[in-house]
Amino acid sequence: MNFDFSDDQKFLRDEARKFLEAQCTSAHVRAVLDDDAMSHNDEVWQKIVEMGWLGAAIPEEFGGLGLGMLELCVIAEELGRVLAPVPFGSSAFFFAEAIKLAGTEEQKAEWLPKVADGSIVGCLATTEGPGALSASSVQTTAKDGTLSGTKVPVTDGDVATHAAVLAKEGSGTGLYIVALDQDGVSRKSLKTIEPTRSHAEIKFNGASAARLGQETGNGMSVLDQIMNRGAVLLAFEQLGGASRCLEMATEYAKERHAFGRPIGGNQAIKHKLADIYVKNEVARSNAYYGAWALSTDAAELPEAAAAARVAASEAFWFASKENIQTHGGMGFTWEVDCHLYYRRAKLLAVQAGSPAVWKEKLVSALEAKNAA
Amino acid sequence: MDFTDSTEEAAFRAEASAFLSQHLQPKKGAASRSGNYLQRAKDWQKVKAENQFAQITWPKEIGGRGGSPMQQVIWNQEESKFDAPTGPFAIGLGMCVPTVIAFGSDEHKKRYVQKALFGEEIWCQLFSEPAAGSDVAGLKTKAVKDGDDWVINGQKVWTSGAHYSDYGIVLVRTDPDVPKHKGLTMFIIDMKQEGVDVRPIHQASGGSEFNEVYFTDVRIPDSDRLGEPGMGWKVALVTLMNERLAVGGSPGPDWAEIMDYARSSGSMSDQAFRAKLADWYVAAQGYKLTKFRTQTALSKGETPGPENSIGKVITANHLQDICNSAIEMQDHYGIISDKDHAPADAIFQESFMWAPGLRIAGGTDEILKNIIAERVLGLPQDVRVDKDKPFSAF
Repeated sequence: MNFDFSDDQKFLRDEARKFLEAQCTSAHVRAVLDDDAMSHNDEVWQKIVEMGWLGAAIPEEFGGLGLGMLELCVIAEELGRVLAPVPFGSSAFFFAEAIKLAGTEEQKAEWLPKVADGSIVGCLATTEGPGALSASSVQTTAKDGTLSGTKVPVTDGDVATHAAVLAKEGSGTGLYIVALDQDGVSRKSLKTIEPTRSHAEIKFNGASAARLGQETGNGMSVLDQIMNRGAVLLAFEQLGGASRCLEMATEYAKERHAFGRPIGGNQAIKHKLADIYVKNEVARSNAYYGAWALSTDAAELPEAAAAARVAASEAFWFASKENIQTHGGMGFTWEVDCHLYYRRAKLLAVQAGSPAVWKEKLVSALEAKNAA
Repeated sequence: MDFTDSTEEAAFRAEASAFLSQHLQPKKGAASRSGNYLQRAKDWQKVKAENQFAQITWPKEIGGRGGSPMQQVIWNQEESKFDAPTGPFAIGLGMCVPTVIAFGSDEHKKRYVQKALFGEEIWCQLFSEPAAGSDVAGLKTKAVKDGDDWVINGQKVWTSGAHYSDYGIVLVRTDPDVPKHKGLTMFIIDMKQEGVDVRPIHQASGGSEFNEVYFTDVRIPDSDRLGEPGMGWKVALVTLMNERLAVGGSPGPDWAEIMDYARSSGSMSDQAFRAKLADWYVAAQGYKLTKFRTQTALSKGETPGPENSIGKVITANHLQDICNSAIEMQDHYGIISDKDHAPADAIFQESFMWAPGLRIAGGTDEILKNIIAERVLGLPQDVRVDKDKPFSAF
């Protein structure tokens, strides 16, 4: 039994934490929050690029560090703790994983080194309107190497240089790689509840596009596999945020006095924080299992990823809202960081499929397994 | 990350499994309570002790195996796959006898340890009282010194196995004029002696697994004291620390059972049910995988982190919720607990009635959350107005 990260991976975590606590402070996050023109914090982004983390799970032959998925999970958790206002997840969790999973050898050789060294920023463009994504809801169309349609919202869509875009393709769907700085693409920044990660509406009007991989019509099933991989990584990012919320709430509950004693001495607060702790540990254990399934390409990945995602979305949501509640009126001010976590928790919970979508995926996976 | 045993662990697991299959039948469903359960339990305990499987982590000098905590976990996992009658010895060997080993005299150890280990004598733990549950240090059963004896009067409650126990460890008040934690003393008590009256409790679930125990002028020699007079609370904390690592399976039907039932009854198409099923799976996995994290620490010879404290908070509520949903899925018919009619041998109805007790026994939900808040998160203790005042002042 070795259900834990290795000493090397824990060392990486400690180093990443030290680095980010110094280089990605609340002030760095707030710079993006308070400036509508800023899509991300480029100072932080360049430092992260220099660390080579974008290539943690990209093989050395494609310009990465060739560490592995577990190392990327470790980094994801640390980025989540500090609410890193950078397009890391879009580029490393979704764009790079899409290419690793479905790209041809030529596509891997073309794109992965550029993701790893930060010379391009990738994102995933799937959503077109309200409601869960399905094959029938996709209106963007690919034809003869061009793409037309509108994706909205695209997380990190206005900082990204390239997108993996889900589009109709004949009677099926396909994923296409599109450069976003061409004439056939227009972008508009969107106002969202989470301004520290930028979002765009992207219009494709006959944009030049290359299909990811060679098979046609299987876009949704490829996307499903990409989502399973991204879900585990996002779960770690969520877990980092949820853990930080519990720390913030606990610290505040020890310091803040009311009625002559710390508010953390009252059971209403103690039990609330204990509830957060329990949800966070459930999320952590499920995330570890997802990490194991991801790193070993286990057959259990669909249910492991879904469980990790469901647990982490619940944990971060609960921790972020009860962190505000524990802070009382202070928690509802712009200056205290509680709302930053509340905002990020909701983005990460609905990006890549809402909890309801993942619960359904989980139960479907359990049904498929028990039927066998 | 991997879930496989180390070479040594695999070898021990194989040895344990081979031994178990020589002596026991594989378990089908819940452990069998049929036949003369108590005698079967004593017989099985003897076989285990003779082969050094009774207490894996105890030193060899006192009949243990001198093994690691991880080996104990492996043994528990393997034993739980068989129809092993272990219940009557869990508290005695898990909590009471370790306390005797820690605080008893050489004579005590010689007299009691081997007989308990070999299944000849059964022990119970007498702490809780009608007015002292979560606040067990507020107990009132008193002991008064009389020559070389102490004379005990009072009442204990929720004592598992008192009706078949030979000995117990009993926590009593020997000094009411000091603060409550400082006036307690622990003794070994002979449960078969005069003045000890054991009465079964008729539980809300209908069964009677626990007892009340009344003491009327029960005499205990001072030589059967464990620890100094007034030190009883410290002794009790050692007893409670020795609660064996919970590694058993779930205490009742889980997501898989309710999913089986939903499939057989055509309820899988209910979207609300599917969402709940996902939540149950996530919680059950969270509990199971958290134990794997604890076992990982044990396997490496490290002290487990506080994460295992989440266990009962999850499982008890989880069980109650699943049973409630299963009954409601059956609509009006769900009220039937007669096994001739009720689906799934009425496991949902039975556990529905057991679940409220599970949320209380061994620490209520509220006390467990206090423990997480205070010991894991470091939040201030609750207000204790009686903390520094003599017990008799209240």
